[in-house]
Amino acid sequence: MSGGISQAAFTKALLDPDRPAPASLTSPSGAQAGKRFDVYRNNVAVSLTEALGVAFPVVRKLVGDEFFTAMAGVFLRAHPPKSPVLMLYGDQMPAFLEGFAPVRHLGYLPDVARLELQLREACHAADARPIAPDALAAIPPEDLASARFALAPATRILRSQWPVFSIWQANSEEGAPAPIMRGEDVLITRPGFDPAPQCLPAGGAAFIEALMAGASLGEALEKAGGDTAGFDLAATLALLLEGGAITSILTRDSET
Amino acid sequence: MRDNANHTPESLPPGPGVGYKPQHYSDILADPGPVRWLEIHAENYMGDGGRPLAQLRHLSERFPISVHGVGLSIGGEGRLDPEHLARLAHLVGWLRPASFSEHLAWSTHEGAFLNDLLPLPYTRATLARVCDHIDELQEAIGRRMLLENPSTYLAFAESEMSETDFLREVARRTGCGLLLDVNNVFVSATNQQTDPRACIDDFPIGAVGEIHLGGYDEDADDEGAPLLIDSHGREIADPVWALLDHTLARSGPLPVLIEWDNDVPEWPVLAGEAARAAKHLEKVAA
Repeated sequence: MSGGISQAAFTKALLDPDRPAPASLTSPSGAQAGKRFDVYRNNVAVSLTEALGVAFPVVRKLVGDEFFTAMAGVFLRAHPPKSPVLMLYGDQMPAFLEGFAPVRHLGYLPDVARLELQLREACHAADARPIAPDALAAIPPEDLASARFALAPATRILRSQWPVFSIWQANSEEGAPAPIMRGEDVLITRPGFDPAPQCLPAGGAAFIEALMAGASLGEALEKAGGDTAGFDLAATLALLLEGGAITSILTRDSET
Repeated sequence: MRDNANHTPESLPPGPGVGYKPQHYSDILADPGPVRWLEIHAENYMGDGGRPLAQLRHLSERFPISVHGVGLSIGGEGRLDPEHLARLAHLVGWLRPASFSEHLAWSTHEGAFLNDLLPLPYTRATLARVCDHIDELQEAIGRRMLLENPSTYLAFAESEMSETDFLREVARRTGCGLLLDVNNVFVSATNQQTDPRACIDDFPIGAVGEIHLGGYDEDADDEGAPLLIDSHGREIADPVWALLDHTLARSGPLPVLIEWDNDVPEWPVLAGEAARAAKHLEKVAA
């Protein structure tokens, strides 16, 4: 094999704009590649920055385009994609934001990134058929406490000490109310193909997380009550049902 | 026995196709115009579910589909990613597309995916590696693939053969077909200061199963020499249409794809480019 540049050296130069282009890469006249190598550098940085901008539109809006582009440049060099499937690229963004000094004053930013990541996960999660609207009412009352619920693969829960849903909504929808400083727990369902994030009542996150972990309705209620008094079971179940998030109910002797 | 009844044709029709963009979904179903087939980027259809897969399933009932991989890194020094091979095999398995193609390029190094089609030196070592990887891919997906010629912006001092000789030898050793991107030939020939027509004349045309066309941007290198960038962000340039005629005169009618991936226009603009390709194809069919 003849000498020449390894892909390791090519990659190193590609990701470091301060390095010169590798010497064995040339123009047709034999000159150093220079600007010609920069085409590849630019393709990598621009395409991954674009992917991150599409992935985190609210984070981008909150910090501004110019800042986001600079920050994406730091992120993509520290965390290049680990897979050519870019639909979920950026799973390390929340942790990155937690450690990125220039955004330390924006304490809510990592949770906004978590919410945007979960929305994308929900988009691409497996399809599922929700139960019929009256299926829950059809369960004999004596079987309710022991019933177990299977939830759609798109279902996600995010607990935050920040008003993460209100911040997301105020930056995504026209005329959304201004966020009030409080913690918010978010439920993401996917009725049809579009993820629908909603704020959960107190105790709702603990309740749904328990269901997801395989607890019965009675056990999940205990978890919810343990968190807060006055848990609104009816409102929480309604959010799940309206979001098409319940795909089957398992009672002692039947699966609905 | 209508060959449209069950969309698992063995090859693409020798007419115009377009790179599918989700924003054109309703327009395509309402009126595809001259468009006879669609190409998708494999990596955008590797989720577990959701709208992209549902739309693709529906479109595949109406149109022959070409699956075009943009991330396998066939020219990579490392081994092919077995998880990605499995994802490709899964997609090809359920969709049963009319064609599968990938690139003569690399994009992954030590697990980092760089999201660009990076260039290769045309050496005997590269040739052996690329052929091994194509053998492995064709084995994994259970069918013949088409390999696309790249756009290049620079040269490797260590290259030992021309790109066309390299492609000819890959096709001979692996039995794969070739995807001839006429815009890439024009871009690379301009950037390497060679003759694009001579490249087409030397291209192993008998192995070509599909043609790509796309738009380029114009820039200049450090010495002021023209530097064309394969941007896929605008109309196809006139000299590329002329080079298409030169190509079709050698090859006869082939499936011709319009690629427009950035600043994607409204459907009528894209359909208009496909109509223009149809006219060029009619000239050779007549």
